[in-house]
Amino acid sequence: MIWWPSVASAQPTTFMPPVATAIAGQYNGLYGFLLAASFISFVGVVAAMIYFVVKYRRRSENDKTAYITHNHALEFMWSFIPFVLFMFVFSWGWIIYSRMRTFPEDALEVHVVAKKWDWRFIYKNGKEVTSSVDANNKRVPPTMVVPLGRPVKLIMASERQVPSTPLSEAPTDRAVIHSFYVPAFRVKQDVVPGRYTALWFQADQPGEYWVFCAEYCGTSHFDMTAKIKVVSVDEFENWLASEGAGELPLAELGRQVYAQKACIGCHTLDGRPSVGPTWKGLWGRKVQTDKGEFVADEDYIRESILEPNAKKVKGFENAVMPPYTGTITEDEIRAVIEFIKTLK
Amino acid sequence: MAHAATHHEGTNYLNHERGLWSWLTTLDHKRIGILYFITVFFFFFIGGIFALLIRTELFKTGVTVMGPETYNQVFTYHGAVMVFLVIIPGIPAFLGNFFLPIQIGAKDVAFPRLNLMSWYCLILGAVFAVSSLFVGGADTGWTFYTPYSISLKPGVVLMVVGAFIAGFSSILTGLNFIATVHKLRAPGMTMNRIPLFIWALYSTSIIQILATPVLAITLLLIAAENIFQIGFFDPALGGDPVLFQHFFWFYSHPAVYIMILPAFGVISELIAAFSRKTIFGYTAIAYSSLAIAAVSFFVWGHHMFVSGQSEVAGVLFSVLTMLVGVPTAIKLFNWIATLYKASINLASPMLFALGFLFLFTIGGVTGIFLATTALDVHLHDTYFVVAHFHYVMVGGTLMALVGGLYYWFPKMFGRMVNETLGRVSFFFIFAGFNVTFFPQFVLGAKGMPRRYFDYLPEFEHLNQISTIGSYMIGIGFVVVFIAVIHALLKGEKAGDNPWGAKTLEWTTSSPPPHENFLKTPIVTAGPYEYR
Ligand code: HEC
Ligand SMILES: [Cu+2]
Ligand SMILES: [Cu+2]
Repeated sequence: MIWWPSVASAQPTTFMPPVATAIAGQYNGLYGFLLAASFISFVGVVAAMIYFVVKYRRRSENDKTAYITHNHALEFMWSFIPFVLFMFVFSWGWIIYSRMRTFPEDALEVHVVAKKWDWRFIYKNGKEVTSSVDANNKRVPPTMVVPLGRPVKLIMASERQVPSTPLSEAPTDRAVIHSFYVPAFRVKQDVVPGRYTALWFQADQPGEYWVFCAEYCGTSHFDMTAKIKVVSVDEFENWLASEGAGELPLAELGRQVYAQKACIGCHTLDGRPSVGPTWKGLWGRKVQTDKGEFVADEDYIRESILEPNAKKVKGFENAVMPPYTGTITEDEIRAVIEFIKTLK
Repeated sequence: MAHAATHHEGTNYLNHERGLWSWLTTLDHKRIGILYFITVFFFFFIGGIFALLIRTELFKTGVTVMGPETYNQVFTYHGAVMVFLVIIPGIPAFLGNFFLPIQIGAKDVAFPRLNLMSWYCLILGAVFAVSSLFVGGADTGWTFYTPYSISLKPGVVLMVVGAFIAGFSSILTGLNFIATVHKLRAPGMTMNRIPLFIWALYSTSIIQILATPVLAITLLLIAAENIFQIGFFDPALGGDPVLFQHFFWFYSHPAVYIMILPAFGVISELIAAFSRKTIFGYTAIAYSSLAIAAVSFFVWGHHMFVSGQSEVAGVLFSVLTMLVGVPTAIKLFNWIATLYKASINLASPMLFALGFLFLFTIGGVTGIFLATTALDVHLHDTYFVVAHFHYVMVGGTLMALVGGLYYWFPKMFGRMVNETLGRVSFFFIFAGFNVTFFPQFVLGAKGMPRRYFDYLPEFEHLNQISTIGSYMIGIGFVVVFIAVIHALLKGEKAGDNPWGAKTLEWTTSSPPPHENFLKTPIVTAGPYEYR
């Protein structure tokens, strides 16, 4: 059936969006199976219904009807068969779902920032992609460029409309939940304020694909679109290095923050403890704290900066770090995280 | 049963007392049922107007009749009105109130005053919700997701308070029904002789009592956060936005069964009555309602597969949700099996019941798609979900509500609904429904997100079909309205048992006397003894 491709395609078909990742192909397989199974069950149920209605239509007021209260064998069968079918579909879904949720080690990382009502993409070299406005004052969605056949991991955050001001200002301008949705890749992930969420994909079809915001977020929710352009690796490298590439890689910006915001006074980069623990080797380590063991990931670092007292590192219980809420921006936190990632 | 008692010709619950005041202060469950009837249909009319506005706006890309801000309010009011003021009270508070006591042979519900108070709670809640329109309105969607709903807009606060108060109507009605079923059954009416409608209402009541308070607390927290800036759900205040979703769906998933279980009950009654046949698998149907009620408390996370909850949680909620599919499938097969070797009368209530089976099957199987983690990641928050729950809530609950209305109308008002009008309304609602919502499955599968004021040009065609369908549904309900008015004014006089059904309500006169039966019935057999 041509409208049912599990083969890759950069174009939508009558009933399906493009199939641009391996996951999308697997999705289509399961969807197709369940659709066929549903169709057969549905036709079976409706056919039985119509058949009975026609056959046993009331002929006279004195019609005698059968007195059948139950039939154990039949009832067992029609409970058991759906049960098996449901479990089968559940397991199949689980397999694909865990592939969606298992992040490849070597993925290219891109930061995604959602706000009312726009997306912003920040590459590690500092290059930023934002939306623009055309001659007719119409919004032109931002286009994130990604390499063909390489896994890409998005680290996503939801921020307020004016992200460069400190967090405590403008309390009515709130960050809300958005959802990053690429139909052609069959992936979706909510972007939640106050934490980082992540998503990955590996596009196998060159082309341009829509990104929608799938979680209702207010007036221009419907217009909160973006595009993903999949190009060859060479083309991607060229693009990344060219046109308005970031003045400063994220990690470098992080190093500046480290010096300017006085982190340097309490944290070393060479492994020696100071007032606070060293940052060397911090990324991905299991940290012992008074609240238990935590992996030092994006959320952990973010929380350590904004609410240092939430979890106190073992050995530093009595040392104090000032909370940075209100004096550090989300962009700076992101940069510090990228900086810490480089301190292997 | 009771031998033909001499009726006081002409006195019944309708003319037992007279005047508006007697209605507003009535403690008679039947009159309270009628109050709900009027209320629910009034709000259905309002919610329906909002629905048609939504579909009209979506007829074309770009602005058709309103801008995005208005559109967002319109779908919010459509959802909130339909869920809290129509579908939740619809069957239990209207048909349930009227027939639960009669079907078990009682004179009234256990707590008549509480029953009246429930209705006032609904009205008060509705007043709050509607008044929000005058202070700028609410645009959060009926789901009130945080932090968006912590928007400091007075409209949102009023709306939330309205839903909170209306919730008490639901809780109190549930309480009343459970007490009534346990305490007021007529002699001989054992638990395995109560009609399946009662079993369904009973299961629903359990959910109402257990789940609605959670919603109430959650809504209160939102209101408090809005008014006093206490951080529960907004991270800017130190709260957790996903926590809200857990609370909300902990109520709202079971609430789905508050909305659909009563419909199951109605369908069981209709199928037995119009097949003149004992229901197949009485016990299975009765207990599957209880099973659904129980499992429904453990599946809420299926609304949150992409919310950032852990993968383990996603998988667990997925498998538990699949389990709900089993008792639901059992019911469906039992109803179909009941038709076997029956004597089927295709009167309009039965058409609605058969239409229900058709639509609910589609609603059910598409639920399996959404319960499957990997599929839901793509389909979540798209029109596929919109189509799915309309198949269940409208194709299921509303079809059952109208079918039940036509079925019990002769009992409630002593007059028959005109059969032609009944059939015409069925045709428009059933056909229009499929034309409206089937294309939405395709839209969702293709990736059109829900709550979108505007969409890609490639989605326009299917949206137009959908809009045309919605006008057909509109016509269908206008015909329902005409049929009801026509029946009230000119309807043919109904006998006590026009359908030849066996449950207790058909043994009393139409309309029933003030306290339902002139003489307390003695029950000696099950509810569907067609031999
Ligand atoms: C006054 C000293 C001080 C300053 C300035 C300071 N910190 Fe800290 N920091 C600490 C101490 C002490 C701890 C360990 C106790 C705790 O967990 O609260 C810590 C812990 C941390 C941790 C967790 C480290 C781990 O091993 O788990 C991170 C991340 C961190 N700080 C980031 C920063 C950043 C970024 C800045 C600058 C913007 C900063 N800190 C400024 C004292 C400081
Ligand atoms: Cu959005
Ligand atoms: Cu649910």
